[in-house]
Amino acid sequence: MEKKEGWKTLPEGDILEGGSSLKFKTGNWRSSKPIHHPEKCINCLLCWIYCPDGAIKVKDGKIEGIDYDYCKGCGICAHECPKDAIEMVIEKGMEK
Amino acid sequence: MKVAKTANEAFAEAMRQINPDVVAAYPITPATEIVQIFSQFVADGLVKTEFIAVESEHSAMSACIGASASGARTMTGTSSQGLALMWEMLYIASALRLPIIMAVVNRALSAPINIHCDHSDTLGARDSGWIQIYSENVQETYDNVIQAVRIAEHPDVRLPVMVTTDGFILSHCLETMDMLTDEEVKEFVGEPPERENLLKSAREDKPITIGALDLQDYYFEHKRQQAEAMKNALKVIPEIGKEFGEKFGRSYGFFENYRLDDAEVGIVVMGSTAGTGKEVVDEMRKKGKKVGLLKLRIFRPFPFNQISQALSHLKVVGVMDRADGVNSYCGPLFPEICTSLYDLPERPKVVDFIYGLGGRDIKKSDIEGIFNDLLKIAETGKKEFNLKYIGVRE
Amino acid sequence: MPSLKELSKRQERFVSGHRLCPGCAAGMIARMVMLAIDKPVVVGCATGCLEVASTIFPYSAWKVPWIHSAFENVAATISGVETAYRAFKKQKKISEDIVFVAFGGDGGTYDIGLQSLSGAAERGHRMLYICYDNQAYMNTGIQRSSATPQYANTTTSPVGKVIPGKLQWQKDLPSIMVAHRIPYVATSIPGRWNDLISKVEKAIKFDGFTFIDVLAPCRLGWGYDPSLTAEISRLAVETCIWPLYEVVEGKYRLTYKPKEKKPVIEWFKLQRRFSHLLKPENAGLLEEIQKEVDRRWEELLEKCENS
Repeated sequence: MEKKEGWKTLPEGDILEGGSSLKFKTGNWRSSKPIHHPEKCINCLLCWIYCPDGAIKVKDGKIEGIDYDYCKGCGICAHECPKDAIEMVIEKGMEK
Repeated sequence: MKVAKTANEAFAEAMRQINPDVVAAYPITPATEIVQIFSQFVADGLVKTEFIAVESEHSAMSACIGASASGARTMTGTSSQGLALMWEMLYIASALRLPIIMAVVNRALSAPINIHCDHSDTLGARDSGWIQIYSENVQETYDNVIQAVRIAEHPDVRLPVMVTTDGFILSHCLETMDMLTDEEVKEFVGEPPERENLLKSAREDKPITIGALDLQDYYFEHKRQQAEAMKNALKVIPEIGKEFGEKFGRSYGFFENYRLDDAEVGIVVMGSTAGTGKEVVDEMRKKGKKVGLLKLRIFRPFPFNQISQALSHLKVVGVMDRADGVNSYCGPLFPEICTSLYDLPERPKVVDFIYGLGGRDIKKSDIEGIFNDLLKIAETGKKEFNLKYIGVRE
Repeated sequence: MPSLKELSKRQERFVSGHRLCPGCAAGMIARMVMLAIDKPVVVGCATGCLEVASTIFPYSAWKVPWIHSAFENVAATISGVETAYRAFKKQKKISEDIVFVAFGGDGGTYDIGLQSLSGAAERGHRMLYICYDNQAYMNTGIQRSSATPQYANTTTSPVGKVIPGKLQWQKDLPSIMVAHRIPYVATSIPGRWNDLISKVEKAIKFDGFTFIDVLAPCRLGWGYDPSLTAEISRLAVETCIWPLYEVVEGKYRLTYKPKEKKPVIEWFKLQRRFSHLLKPENAGLLEEIQKEVDRRWEELLEKCENS
């Protein structure tokens, strides 16, 4: 946990640095997680564009994997994948 | 240069000389003229200002916030209901620390709807975090706007400033005044100091977020910063007033003492009534009465210590409130004056006089009556009343 | 129109770590809009889900200059920013091309924000206004807005023993914007990325006020599994409940025609907010809606043909 600043050192006027949300990991929200199967993947990148959290990693036009630091487990990627290359599995500890 | 101007014309001229980047405004009586005159300046290419004729006062302040947050020197003007409509945005402009300058022509708040002068509109916004400057006459109105730019943009302050003037009494009445040259004003206001802003952020590709949500863990700290800025204004305002005096021969502070130093009783008054009050002081002094007047110029920040010092020697203080707090016992200025005197080992008696609501005329005889009341209290040592309404038909 | 591969090379400017619900369409839309604009941009947000969840101090998901002032005034606020830009451009203090975008929910756009939206459109500021339309005041807990569809269940238009949900049809805001004679008005959905991205690209080319109303399914307010967000938005198009069209300088053009027009029940049966419409006693209401959807679809087709 970052130590919270006092009024004397905080930037003034309700201003903050953009993009700082990357320091806030939402991965622990998940109850199910997507598993990417590269052997089935055709790199259409639909999962990447539809992810509301930008949690699909792409490099040189190819799916590198899922960014589990931020993935909230919504399942859109798995649902949109035309090749069933993403499978949703229940997170450890979330099994009923 | 000696000219004859109404306060509205003086406001517009000062705006022209300041030459802001953006003005976003909506018409309302009696402030409308300011923006009308200014629009003509824009249409004639006399200023570099981009003028937005917005569709409401709320949008006027919103657009000013957007423009000021983008680094633009931004001005606007309104009165009464317009000020009331932009109420939530006043607080936001101040908390986002945007140096917006607003001309407010004091007009009574509805209901009943009334277009004439009282201070209910600006005093109603006293907790919004805006610096509030009151003007006695057209000259002061003009001088105040020019100083306001420097006060607002001062790096230790960065708060919006409202320069007020009395509706119709000053806004529509011709008075002679000394107008500075365009170069003098340009030189005095200078270029706005660099600060974080949206367009700078876009050009430098250094993203900033303005107006984030604060949960319980940060709101208090942001508010504390804002309070500190208002405290800093106590130092900056007399500095700018002194510099103005050195350059142009008219100095300004938090207030003006008129024959107060050797007075027994005094009144505290804001706005144009101070002018009438000074005449009454002179007349009564001729009759040997030891009366004086404190004309409060800066209502926010409230110059707590300085007021205390200035009034401490008096036996009785009469506060003249041109607004009713509707709190069952006084107007808005009264408690502020009382508080400043509270801790004195020997403090004057203080009484409140609510007058002039909705443009009701305040005559010299009324003020003489007030002084006589104060002198009576000084003599008997007894307060017969806490509050008196002046000029209302019973 | 860039391909997905080309888009994937661009910098993400609505980044991870925001606290929108899993599967939130507003997140999808914000991300796609920011990817579509390959230029310096200043963004404004009205108070609402997107603004609140993406800028909880000291965390901000916006890697662009961004401002929020209040609920009903993002159009006025961005008008001020755009005017400052024009002022500085005229003074030769800025020469770069900067794009101005305002995001508002249906609450901050159709209702409380309508005045400032209309004012900004009438004045013709060069900015793009995106309404992420989740058809209710979602951030405060699913209250009805004028964008809520007829007979939808919301907390202030609940389905009860006597009243079956919201009684009014939703306000036709795109038509209101067309009446402002702005150069570009469009509807879109997040479930067709090429539709949304191409429309954003097109909109920012116009030298004037442009408006896109994007249907934004809300898994919480509408009641469905979060994985279906993109699909539900597509189904709204396939049932002709949310037709995809654009109005370019007053001329209507359909941008997608469903091959097979599906009955509205296909859309309603996926959402808990419409579950009461599936009951046999409410068959009349369903028929009413289908008739109105058909009528409006024919009306739109006619407008497109006559343009």
